[in-house]
Amino acid sequence: MSFADIISLFTHFMMFSLLSIGGAITLVPEMHRFTVEEKGWLGDYEFTSSIALAQASPGPNILFVTLIGWNAAGTLGAIATTLGIILPSSVLALYANRWAQHRADRPLVKAFRGGMIPITVGLLLATAWVLAEPNLDKPILMLISLVSLTLTIRTKLNPLWLIGGGGLAGMLLGG
Amino acid sequence: MNHHPSPVTQDAELRAPESPKALFLAFNRLSLRGFGGVLPLAQRTLVEEERWMTNSEFVETLSMAQVLPGPNIGNMALMIGDRFFGLRGSLAAFTGMLAAPLAIVMTLAILYAGFSEQPQVAAALRGMGAVSAGLIGAVGIKALLSRMPDRTGWAVLCATFVLVGLMRWPLVWVMLTLGTISVALTWNKGQKK
Repeated sequence: MSFADIISLFTHFMMFSLLSIGGAITLVPEMHRFTVEEKGWLGDYEFTSSIALAQASPGPNILFVTLIGWNAAGTLGAIATTLGIILPSSVLALYANRWAQHRADRPLVKAFRGGMIPITVGLLLATAWVLAEPNLDKPILMLISLVSLTLTIRTKLNPLWLIGGGGLAGMLLGG
Repeated sequence: MNHHPSPVTQDAELRAPESPKALFLAFNRLSLRGFGGVLPLAQRTLVEEERWMTNSEFVETLSMAQVLPGPNIGNMALMIGDRFFGLRGSLAAFTGMLAAPLAIVMTLAILYAGFSEQPQVAAALRGMGAVSAGLIGAVGIKALLSRMPDRTGWAVLCATFVLVGLMRWPLVWVMLTLGTISVALTWNKGQKK
C-alpha cells in the first residue's frame, strides 16, 4: 500500500468516526464496502476474523478497527485506522457533552436523541446481516449464529463462553 | 428518560476519584474484565464499587454517549474523566480503558498471523465470526425489546436495514436522508404533545 493509500485509510476512518453513532460496530457494513469491496485492501475472511479476534479479547469492541488497519496495511495501517476512528468523535464527545449539560431539555436535543434510536437499531441488525450473509450456504455457521443470538437474548451468559464455544464448534464441525 | 434514585448509592455516599491515576486504574480494570462488551462492567465498577456516580447519573451519561458518534464506553470515559479532572481526567480514563486491551489484541493478531494457514485455526475463527454476528444481532433485538418503536420508528428501522444491509448504501447518505427525516418527525411529534 502506498503512502497515499494510508492517508486515504486515515481520512476515511476519521469520517467513519464522525458517523459512528451507536458505536463503530454500526459502521461494519460501510467499512466492508470501502476496504473490501471498493479497495480490495483485505479479503472477506480477514475482515470477519478482525471482528472475531477483537470480540474474543478483553476491552472495547472498537479495537476491531485496529485489526482491520493491521490486516490492510500492517503497523501504519493499524495506527491510521485507530487514530482515525478515535480522534474526531472523542473531541466532539468532550465538547458536545460540556455544551449539552447546560441544555439537556431543549426540544431539538430530545428530538435528535429520539429520532436516531431506530436508525441505531436498524444499523445493528444490518451489521449482523452483513457478517452472517457470507455463511448462508454453510448451515453449521448459520446455526452457531442463531444459537448465540438466542442465548444472548434469553440468558446472561458471558459472551466469552459463546465465543469460545463458537471457536470450538467451528474447529470440530469444520465450519 | 427515567431518573430513579438508586437505593444503593445515595448522594451522601458518593466519592470522587482521588486522582487521574485512580481514573486510569479503574477504567483499566473494567476494560480488562469485559469480554464482548464493557458496558455492564462499567456500571458495576463505577457505580457499585467505586461509587463515583449514582446509577441515574450513569444512565444519563450513557444516553448522551449513545447519541454522539464514537464508542459508547469511550465517550463515557471521556465525559466522566472530564467531570472530575477536566482534560487530564478524560485522557487518563480513556487511555486506561484502551491501552492494555490494545496491546492484547495486537499480540493476538500477530500470534494468529503465524497460525492462520492452519485449517483448524481458520475454522475456529469462522466459528467465532458466526458468534459475533449473533452477538451483534442480539444487541439490536434487546434494544427493540426494551423500547418498542412506534410505527414511524419501525419504518425508519426497516428502511435503514434495507438500505445498509441489503442494498449496501454508503452510510453517510442514509444518515443525511433518513436521519434528517427521522429527527424531523420526532421533533414534530414532540411539538404536538
